[in-house]
Amino acid sequence: MRERIRGALDAQTAGKDRAPSVTVLSSLLAVQDELHYIPDEAIEETAIFCDATINDVWSVASFYTNFRFTPPGLTTVDVCWGPTCHLMGAQKVLDAVQDELGVDSEETSADGKITLRYSTCLGACAQAPVIARDHVLSGQASPESARDYISNLQQELDNGIAH
Amino acid sequence: MVSRTEAPVDTYAVAMSQQTQYALLRAEAIQRWESLTNGEKPWVRVGYGASGQAAGADAVFEALRAFGPEGSDQINVSMVGAHGLMYLEPVVDVTVPGTNRVFHANVTPAMVPDIVAHYVDGRENHPLHESAYAYSGPADDYVSDLQNWDKLPANASQTKLLTANFGNIDPNDIFHYIANDGYSALNKAVLSMSSEEVLEEVKTSGLRGRGGAAFPTGLKWSFLAPSKAPVKYVLCNCEEGDPGAFNDKGILESDPHRLIEGLILNGFATNSTHGVVFIRQGHEIPIEATRNAIDQAYEHGLLGENILGSEFSFDMEVSLTGDSYVAGEETAMMEAIEGKRSTPRYKPPFPAQAGLFQKPTNINNVKTLSYVPDIVAAGGDEFKRIGTESSSGTALVCLTGHIKRPGMYEVAMGLTIRQVLEEIGGGVADGSERIKVLQTGGPLGGVMGEEAFDTEIDFDAMAKSGAILGSGGIIVGDESTDVVDLIRNLVAFNQFESCGKCFPCRLGNTHMLDVLDRMCKNEAKPGDMQLLETVGNNMKIGSLCGHGQLGYNPISSAINYFGDEFEKRFNGELEKSGPFGDGSMILPSRTRP
Repeated sequence: MRERIRGALDAQTAGKDRAPSVTVLSSLLAVQDELHYIPDEAIEETAIFCDATINDVWSVASFYTNFRFTPPGLTTVDVCWGPTCHLMGAQKVLDAVQDELGVDSEETSADGKITLRYSTCLGACAQAPVIARDHVLSGQASPESARDYISNLQQELDNGIAH
Repeated sequence: MVSRTEAPVDTYAVAMSQQTQYALLRAEAIQRWESLTNGEKPWVRVGYGASGQAAGADAVFEALRAFGPEGSDQINVSMVGAHGLMYLEPVVDVTVPGTNRVFHANVTPAMVPDIVAHYVDGRENHPLHESAYAYSGPADDYVSDLQNWDKLPANASQTKLLTANFGNIDPNDIFHYIANDGYSALNKAVLSMSSEEVLEEVKTSGLRGRGGAAFPTGLKWSFLAPSKAPVKYVLCNCEEGDPGAFNDKGILESDPHRLIEGLILNGFATNSTHGVVFIRQGHEIPIEATRNAIDQAYEHGLLGENILGSEFSFDMEVSLTGDSYVAGEETAMMEAIEGKRSTPRYKPPFPAQAGLFQKPTNINNVKTLSYVPDIVAAGGDEFKRIGTESSSGTALVCLTGHIKRPGMYEVAMGLTIRQVLEEIGGGVADGSERIKVLQTGGPLGGVMGEEAFDTEIDFDAMAKSGAILGSGGIIVGDESTDVVDLIRNLVAFNQFESCGKCFPCRLGNTHMLDVLDRMCKNEAKPGDMQLLETVGNNMKIGSLCGHGQLGYNPISSAINYFGDEFEKRFNGELEKSGPFGDGSMILPSRTRP
């Protein structure tokens, strides 16, 4: 685990012609890209890497809502609840997705495969309501199409062809 | 970094070397462009971006690639930016060399082989494909049943400055931008202008910031320019967390080099050394396009040491932020780039004195900067001629919700809201009766009712109506829209996104959300309306940044236009509200610690 974390931290600059600015935030983003969550070890390793305190790192990690501290499912599904999606029926889409996944908030399905997140805006409001799977967007969702979307996804994951 | 005025050099030699460098790039770009537009094979372009992806453009592009150079090599295929007419997505257009360009709308992967066959076999051998929607270029018999793309109602009323290249060029190919006059303004500036002259053109143009505050851009730049500090930053804000607005990301997805050229010119005009483009993580399409564009600009001598052979040197990088709406506030944004929690700073000192890493700094919005290449190329006077006296130029409007033609449209300032809704948007969506309410300017903006639809799109006229232009989002609600429920959604967003630094904002938004929630459930208590106003006014005076200061805006503007509806909700005279008819709404449970 620590090896992977250090690898992700080093890869921010290693072998690059023009090294980008490295900060606590950029380091946490790099770790989450690699592991899909921030384990306790990553807080420690980031503090060492950035010459910061554990408190500094934790304050940043706990502030930005994209960071999570437990492993997510194999796939993350986002459902937008922004105002355009809201007017176009997002709440009922969200309700259908939760029902299909058997969860009642931003949780991972009991089989550990799909994690649900509520998104404030996925940036494709002209196609509202929008849902997404690992940042890949899909528009004009209805409660029925969202149920199909989730069950197709579950089937793909069962067959082991996703992710 | 030394500007040309401060260090006189052999200008003739510099001019020659610069001209040669850009002229070479330009010659290569035109050759490449010609080979696509006038080559052997049909050139097929697929409109992309977040909206295109959501409509299914990925699968269409994959289907087309089978016929491209990596497949049977019958056509050239490019992924281009957003056309803006998002109700037609996925859009595929085909240019047959020597004839015209035909646009196909709402294309599915299954249609692709048929569409390609039409053009590869010689289109005279086939009738028009069912998905053919419009054409551009010369009219001929083949397209006689189609409308002209540029004269479609959604296109005809637009004034395309920022969006001139949208849907036409491959955002990942620097030569496409250069072939369409890209980087000519930068070449002109570093070759033949002083930094003061560039700044003067921006002042003359009357350009005002497009991020929401509408501050005069030239004036902002003039705060930074005089500083002699060895390191100075110019930052581009593409945090764009406003739900309902996607035009900043739209520029990065569709024409990222325009922003990059604008940011380099910002650096040149203010004698700055470093540029940073600030984008929220997770928006992969604009992030990748921007990173790629910066790499290409370095590769071709448009960034780095001695740009285009001049004395001017400038570096640029992308900085990603985590999810935080307040990170879009300029001082909070600097905290985020420094890697900290994105909470606003006290002012003074202002960014031009002590900004990013305590160095003199300017922050501009993506749209603002993207006008600058045109302003420098054509002159500030030319730009000033477009738009209204107090708001020059155009507005890039994102039209969404219950509208017939949702999309991203660029209009000259001064058009009325009604013109945008009717001429461009085509009026209320099919199945709805009328437009009841508009929500503009993001979740801290406001709402307006029908009586205000004749307001001109202009920073000051919009502000007077109580609904700000802000970043350009216009969300349309039809007669079924429950205004109190819509406002609850906005306040829920503001509550979720408060950074928590100032308690009037942190607690105030929570109070206001509680009251609105009660109203939607017909459980309002006596004094609730007064409570909203008291809390809202306390937030205005007790918060450091706009997030708290403007937090009461949605409610006050809604009461202004729909006071009777609030009154009835408050008195419990209406059915319970909300998407489920019982007043409830699903909301995230997380809050910031």
